[in-house]
Amino acid sequence: MTALRLLYTGWLFQFKQMSRSSFDSFLAILWPLFFATVAFFMFQQGGDPDALIYAGLGAAVMGIWTATSVAAGSALQRERWHGTLELLVAAPTHFSLVLLPIGLATSTIGIYCMATTLLWGRVVFGIELQFEDPILFALAVPATLLSIGALGFLIAVAFARFRYAWAIGSMTEYPIWLICGFLVPLTLLPDWVRPISWLLAPTWGMDAIRQSSTGVGSPVDDIAMCLLLGTAYVLIGVLGTNAVLRAARAKASLSLT
Amino acid sequence: MTALRIFFVGGITAYRGLINWLSPWIFVPTLVVAPIFQILLFVYIGRSAGVQSDEFFVIGNAVQYAAIPCLFSMTHAIAGERYQQTLAYLLVSPAGRLPLFLGRALPVILNAILVAAFSLLVAGSIMRIDVPVTAWPAIGIVIAISAFSCTGLGLICAAVGLRVRETAVLNNVLFGLLLIFTGANVPIEELPGWMQTISNSVPLTHGIEAAREVAAGAPLSDVSGLLLTELLIGIVYTVVGYQALRFMELQSRKWASIQIA
Repeated sequence: MTALRLLYTGWLFQFKQMSRSSFDSFLAILWPLFFATVAFFMFQQGGDPDALIYAGLGAAVMGIWTATSVAAGSALQRERWHGTLELLVAAPTHFSLVLLPIGLATSTIGIYCMATTLLWGRVVFGIELQFEDPILFALAVPATLLSIGALGFLIAVAFARFRYAWAIGSMTEYPIWLICGFLVPLTLLPDWVRPISWLLAPTWGMDAIRQSSTGVGSPVDDIAMCLLLGTAYVLIGVLGTNAVLRAARAKASLSLT
Repeated sequence: MTALRIFFVGGITAYRGLINWLSPWIFVPTLVVAPIFQILLFVYIGRSAGVQSDEFFVIGNAVQYAAIPCLFSMTHAIAGERYQQTLAYLLVSPAGRLPLFLGRALPVILNAILVAAFSLLVAGSIMRIDVPVTAWPAIGIVIAISAFSCTGLGLICAAVGLRVRETAVLNNVLFGLLLIFTGANVPIEELPGWMQTISNSVPLTHGIEAAREVAAGAPLSDVSGLLLTELLIGIVYTVVGYQALRFMELQSRKWASIQIA
């Protein structure tokens, strides 16, 4: 119960804090819109209305990853700047319970991105999305958000000891957009890319959102896979947190990396 | 002689001191890996949409990505002084403002050329686009003019940065707008009329068009009109940027706002 309360309080606190940052909220919403606009122009030029709908949904989910990648990468550095990292590590609760809400809060900001991109596509480019199965769509979106948040948590842990983790987080933006099939069908990518895509929860989340929206195929398996991978990220992240903190304590490098 | 020293030595010293992006931990992910993936992203979107050729996207995005160093580094090479608590000392010095500000632009331009050329070379190799070896010197000139032109826009951002804190947001927004308006991914003629008007007045548009023609085998003389237009746009932006810097400097003295923006 304490862990759940901490997760909720941490998520709410981080979400409020990020909502008031022009970089983490305003830019996170605007940034994918630029790419969505270019993609919409390109698909419009291609003249295939189905492809435009495909891009409309993909561009909407792109924003969730944008909001997560940079912010999660720099999560620990931000605590360093605030001078709170040592206090958080020294607290009796497991440090992953502090980090996980940050990943979840960043992906929650992605809801704004998603809504804005869908609205932008509808109003400016006339992309009319259908929601054939609204209940499954309503399940697919939070599943995707949670799993992307978990991936953000994993990134935060993996690059905890790098001062410039934000740059590495930022670097993952385009590759994830590309290999998770947000705008490009995976069948167009080289065969060796596909196993990598399958290990990434956003791939399954995107599939689930698309299938529940278009009514083609069943998104249940994709939602389950998305949640399963998200859970795996959290478990790996928790184990990784222990290793990272142990190393940082041993080398006295927690605030010095 | 002093002005020249401020321009060259002062420019490179300030650049090295202020641009932490030169650290390999930032430089490699941001200016080496990211542009290649941006190019790959648009090449595959182009294939998926069935529009343009791979070469169109590789060249367009490689040149457009020069905007990242041009905007971010130029802004930070001047506005970053505030974060180091050195802006007031800089502005109170008797150094000539022209070499002081423009000297910081030179390393920015060189970096932008490097980033664009490297992206073009690597992404071009990955996507196996055919750019004749003889075209490379001309492409280098086109990239250099485009980088100069975009650095002019960076100077304006630097001026804004003397008064506004959120320069990273501003730079990102401008980069996004350049992505749409420069024709890097969408041919200018496919854009609505009002957007075409903007496209023709922003940096990089003519440079990207010239780079595509040169890569297709056109001699430099055939794109001289495009290059002159790009150069002229760069000069206009640089003059406006320099005047804006002087204006902001005077304003910050008048309102005692040098360190408080």
